[in-house]
Amino acid sequence: MIAHAIFFYVFSIIAVVSAVMVTVSKNTVHSVFFLILDFISISCLFIMIGAEFLGMIMLIVYVGAVAVLFLFVVMMLNVAQQKNQWFISIENSNHIPIGLLISVIIFFELIIVIGGWKYKPDLFDQGNLSIVNDVSNTHSLGMVLYTDYIHIFQISGMILLIAMIGAIVLTFRQREGVKKQSYLKQISRERAEGVEVVEVASNRGVKIDD
Amino acid sequence: MEYLDLIFQETYKILFLLVPVLVSVAMIVWLDRRVWAFVQKRQGPNVVGPFGLLQSLADALKYIFKEIIIPASSNKIIFILAPIITMTLALIAWAVIPFGFDQVLADINVGILYIFAVSSLGVYGIIMGGWASNSKYPFLGSIRSAAQMVSYEVSIGIIIINVLLCVGSLNLSDIVLAQKDMWFVIPLFPMFVIFFISALAETNRPPFDLPEAEAELVAGYQTEYSGMMYAMFWLGEYANILLMCALGSILFLGGWLSPIELYPFNLIPGALWLIFKILFLFILFALVKAIVPRYRYDQLMRLGWKIFLPLSLTYVVLTASYLFYFNLLPTN
Repeated sequence: MIAHAIFFYVFSIIAVVSAVMVTVSKNTVHSVFFLILDFISISCLFIMIGAEFLGMIMLIVYVGAVAVLFLFVVMMLNVAQQKNQWFISIENSNHIPIGLLISVIIFFELIIVIGGWKYKPDLFDQGNLSIVNDVSNTHSLGMVLYTDYIHIFQISGMILLIAMIGAIVLTFRQREGVKKQSYLKQISRERAEGVEVVEVASNRGVKIDD
Repeated sequence: MEYLDLIFQETYKILFLLVPVLVSVAMIVWLDRRVWAFVQKRQGPNVVGPFGLLQSLADALKYIFKEIIIPASSNKIIFILAPIITMTLALIAWAVIPFGFDQVLADINVGILYIFAVSSLGVYGIIMGGWASNSKYPFLGSIRSAAQMVSYEVSIGIIIINVLLCVGSLNLSDIVLAQKDMWFVIPLFPMFVIFFISALAETNRPPFDLPEAEAELVAGYQTEYSGMMYAMFWLGEYANILLMCALGSILFLGGWLSPIELYPFNLIPGALWLIFKILFLFILFALVKAIVPRYRYDQLMRLGWKIFLPLSLTYVVLTASYLFYFNLLPTN
């Protein structure tokens, strides 16, 4: 158990420190890298409590896809210079009250949830969760997700689909003068329509195609 | 005391796996250049050692003794971290590859997800290298490769779902054992083809080597790297290619199983069969490099999103309905 405890503390310290570094570090790209480190150590913690499926999905979805898009946006927008050190130049920044408000709200929400779960375990009913202990957690997750909670699962999928379509509709605009390539046209080009041999009279030059 | 014992045992096992992988990466570089040369009617590396077999070792020595140059305006920590991350990620994925029944370093429940997660992390080595170099060409190369790897991971993931539907388990040994009667390459042949092409794109091999397109981007994300750091990128890339070949042979070609369970064939140990299959897939990789011209970037994206993604999704529906209709769904 000692090894287990050591690993737990190592991963959780890395997680907390990198979470702090996300907000503190001067360079925005560094913030994203710390965020990735945070995701990875959280997924290690998931694996340590035996939820290996959740840990791996966390790695694949958040680290492998979402954080890559974060990095893209941050690198392309070049916001590295705009981020000032908030704890030194407090008077310039008007994000701090809002940030504090949100973090206080999240803190109290966490206290309510953890307190309720700790001191009133019968607060929410676990009776209809059919958890079987002798199958891998991928199986048991599937058995719950695709039977009892199939409607909620489908609805969350629909919400994601709507969000995706919404993002496309919001950013889509028809631009004038965009050149497009047709693969069929490119493939079906023959030599005769591409190359033409022209007799050039000397000292005269030749005029093609205008 | 027991902990120390355990640590020594595990270290021994890890070395027993990693050293052959690294040596075979060196050999595979030689094989790649040799096949490439033969297709183009050249000799390839044939001077150092018998048939030029020691060429990679000579190259490695050269890289070790070269000076490591770190650009003045680069982000030094990330610049140094990038090749380390690439190589580490390429090597740790080998932990779950089964070389025979019970011959696997870590027989975890979610082996295939682990490989998928590690290979999706591989993009960070490239992005970090390109960004930290603080130069135009590496940055363009890394942006290209990140978009490319993310796009082709989607279709690889859906192809893996196809195989998992037939197996009913995420464990790699279970996936191999499920192919005892028939390799999945027969019922899922279109998926095998798409997997092979996606693996080419995922490992930045020609014809999808846009991140390092030497004609337009010099060498993409590796431009500023030199000496051992460049060699680490190189090693990581080839270890990734070998890993993709191993994954392909486990998912579709029956892993360590011999093609027919008959007398002369089942004498050969399973690990050798797996190595034969990996070599077969790798020679295909090398041949493709020699005979196919490079894709344009828009063509690459079109192939990934508009052709492979719908095809593999359709095949998931087909496989699932076939298994459901004929009551063949695996139950365990």
